[in-house]
Parts: sequence; C-alpha cells; structure tokens
Amino acid sequence: MVREIDPPSIQKEFLLAALAEGKRLDGRLPLEQRKIEFVFGEELGNVECRLGKTAVLAQVTASIVKPREDRPYEGFLLINSEIGPMASSVYENGRSSDSEILITRLLEKSIRRTEAIDREALCILAGEKVWQLRLTLHFLSDSGNLLDCASLASMMALKHFRKPDVEVIGDEVIIHSPEERAPVPLAIHHTPLCLTFAYFENLSPILDPTHLESTLCSGTLTVTMNAQREICVLSKAGGTPLSVEEIMGVVRVGVDKVRDMVKIMDEALEKDRENRVVEVR
Amino acid sequence: MSTTLVLPGDSIPLPSSSKSVVLGPGLAASSSRIPAPSSDEAPSVISTKLGLMSSAKGKERSEQFWVEGRSKRYIPAQKDMVLGTIIARHAEGYRVDLGSSQMAQLDGLAFEGATKRSKPNLKVGTLVYARVALANRDMEPEIECFDPNTGKAEGYGELKNGLVVSCSLHLCRHLLNPKFIILPTLAATIPFEIAVGLNGRVWFKTETVSESIALKRVIEGLDSGDIKPEKGDVDRAVKEYLA
Repeated sequence: MVREIDPPSIQKEFLLAALAEGKRLDGRLPLEQRKIEFVFGEELGNVECRLGKTAVLAQVTASIVKPREDRPYEGFLLINSEIGPMASSVYENGRSSDSEILITRLLEKSIRRTEAIDREALCILAGEKVWQLRLTLHFLSDSGNLLDCASLASMMALKHFRKPDVEVIGDEVIIHSPEERAPVPLAIHHTPLCLTFAYFENLSPILDPTHLESTLCSGTLTVTMNAQREICVLSKAGGTPLSVEEIMGVVRVGVDKVRDMVKIMDEALEKDRENRVVEVR
Repeated sequence: MSTTLVLPGDSIPLPSSSKSVVLGPGLAASSSRIPAPSSDEAPSVISTKLGLMSSAKGKERSEQFWVEGRSKRYIPAQKDMVLGTIIARHAEGYRVDLGSSQMAQLDGLAFEGATKRSKPNLKVGTLVYARVALANRDMEPEIECFDPNTGKAEGYGELKNGLVVSCSLHLCRHLLNPKFIILPTLAATIPFEIAVGLNGRVWFKTETVSESIALKRVIEGLDSGDIKPEKGDVDRAVKEYLA
C-alpha cells in the first residue's frame, strides 16, 4: 500500500497560525467554497465538474433490462466509482483504499438511497422491461474534497442526461432514436449535494478543505442536503467529537450553500441547453 | 541556436566547434546499442525527455546544453539544490523525501562542523535545504547540508517557520535565474526570505501570515499561467492578494 508522505511540520504550524487569523492558504474565507466549474461533453449525460484543481468526470448511460421479480415497476441506478492512480499516486488500481470506500458508500447513500431519481419512472413494461441507468465516475485529479466534487458531477450528469423516448403498443416496445423523437429527461425528485467541513482543534470549521487541509485536520463532517432544507445524510467517520451546536451551525451554513450550488447548476444547464440541439423538428 | 522541440530518444546534433560540451538535465550520451548512421568519433547524444532544447555559453569556451520541459516529477541530479522533508531517522543519518521516486539519504555528519560527538538532532517532519551529493541511476541519491568546497553551511540546513509551496520544476529553475524579474518585483512590496529547491518546492518566510499567503498565491498563479511573468501583472496580483 502506497502511503502518502506527511507534509513537513512547518506546514501544519503555518496552516494553524493562518486559520487562527481566519485566513486560508488559498485566500478563501473559512466558509467559502472553491470555484465550481462544469464542462459538458458532446454526449448528453457527460459532465466534468471542477472544484478548484479537483476534477471528476461523470457519465450516465442507459440500457434496457428485466426488472427484479419482487419489484416489477422499478428501474435501476448503478453507480460505478473507482478511484484510480490518475487522481493521485496514492490510489492504486484494483485495491480500494479506506477513503475510496468511504466516498463510494457516501455517494451511494446520498444519490441512490435518498431516491433522487424516480425509479418507478424508469419502468417501460411492468415486469418485463425497465431502464437501467449506469453512472460512471472517473476521478481525474485529487486536490482535496473529492466527495463534494463527485456528488456535484453525479447530480449534474443525471440532470443533463436524457433517455431515448419509448412507445408501448400492447406488448411491443418501440425505442425512438434521438433523430426521430427528442429524448426525454429523467424524473428527478430533488438534488442532494454533499458538503464537507473540516475541523481543527479550538478553531471554527472550514468548508471544502483542500488536500493539505484535509490531511492536517482533526476530523471532517459531511452533510448531504437538498435545496428544500432537508438533511439527507450526515456522516462523521472518526475524528474529534463535536457538540450539537457545532453540528447545527454547519447545517445552517449548508442550507444556503446548497441553494447557491443548485443555482449554479441550473445556470450552467441553461447555458448548455442554448448551445445544444436536442429537439427534432 | 534556435529553440527546437525534442522528444525522448531524439538524437541531438552538437556543434563540433566548441571545445567542450556540458550536458545538462534531459540529455545523455547514447549507450549506442544501435550505432549512429555516421559513427565516426563523436559519441551521439540523445534527449531523455520532452522539451525545448536550450543552450548557453559556459566557462572557458565550453557550451552547455539542456532540455527544458514542463515536468513535475523530480529526478535527482548532482549539485542540485533541493528541499526535502525528513521522514525517518536511523543510527547514521536520515531518510529524506525529495518528491522523487526514491528517498534520499542524508548522513548525520553531512552538516557544517558536525563530528561524531556533536551532530545536529533533527526531528521527523523537519524541512531541510540540501545539495545533492550523489545521484546515480537505480541508486538512492545522497544529499548533504554543507558546501564540500568550503565546509560551511552556506545557507543549507534546517528551515524553521515559513511555508512550502510545490510548483513545476520549470518555474523553480526560472526563479533561480537572476534575470527572471519575479523575485525582485515581489521583494519591492513584500520583504521575504526564500529557498528555491530544484525539486519543485519553494520555501519562504515573511513577517506576517497574509504576506506569506499572497506570495504563495502568486507562485501558484505563475505556475498555472493565470499570472504572466511580467512586472505589471505580478504587481497587480500582489496588490489584490494583500487587500
């Protein structure tokens, strides 16, 4: 297992001194995120999300499969997230590190288990044919906070994706090609997004930690929320214990942040829609 | 000589006029498994990395050649000044991370005035400024914290306080060039102490935290290309970051 080399001790001293003055090494405020950028691919459902120097590429594809016996009306959403050495040399292929498992589990929880996608809307013919969505995440570069970036990329890809229009006549299913009929967007209930906070002893929490900050912090807390002020997931894997007030404090901050993020997503989608030809005449 | 792009394995034509030729980073004498077409007497030289060919006049009519690339991974070379972090200590010395593929060895006696009885006691995690004493392929490099010509520290040794920034090797090499205007421009507004390692690390120390952060952001901005290495651009960035 490749172990990452700890940063020199002066780095920690400086970081703590700066945080005590309320300053961060990249000039951000403690509760400020890095700049969010979206790059859309040629296909629908192909989105790269950048959070500073962290980058994750998400790709959604759909295929038609037979549903499960006990749930004949439900489609599937599969999430593939494997962190390879492209993100950073500490990740290895085929061997998942602890942080990778944590990211995968949290993504699963915050996108699949929160029912962000209406799975019953993926049904084509009950008990016979349903859509299976596959969300593949490629972690391109790890500069800290891969999870938030991955959740943004995933939700953006799902919002951007459109599945081919289908027509059911009796028992027969006709799939229309995109040239024939405009593909239809997915039914999305809400947009859960992850926000990661890092804690340092005796200091106020910071949002969206960089790689250095997350290696030096005493603990992190991830909340998944949506724009409707609902907490979907709250995860704290180890680290220093926190009081109720501290957790409530970041949740209140998170509400506003998630709203802003959803707004940025909608604006980016709107911009992309203007430059893209989806409708067929 | 005009700037030409070379790829790893390209053979480099060297002018025969100059007396001696110094090969810098990115160039190697070919081990000539495949004999060069015109295999007369001069051994052929090949490039070992991608980049632009550069040359300069050296001492006593010799000419220096090297390849300038945009790589980020450091390959140790003798006489390079480097910044390393101590990651382990053992009976005779320390193991130091330089950001290269192998750890470097730092002998406990490789300090100014160190003897068997009195040698510096450095903790794990200490940042040191050192000079590469030995760098052979397939061997762990060795570094030392004194100048072997004078036996004095000459600025090498433990660095206390301050901040380290990683950047591309290309930028580090430029920062050491006295004609490169960035450091004089920065020094006009922010007084600082700096140590540039050729392994892609820069250490600096200033009076206040915000000055350090401004310096860090300027160096990172130069590296990513957001700030152009021009006086006006740097001045504007410093003013903005200090505000």
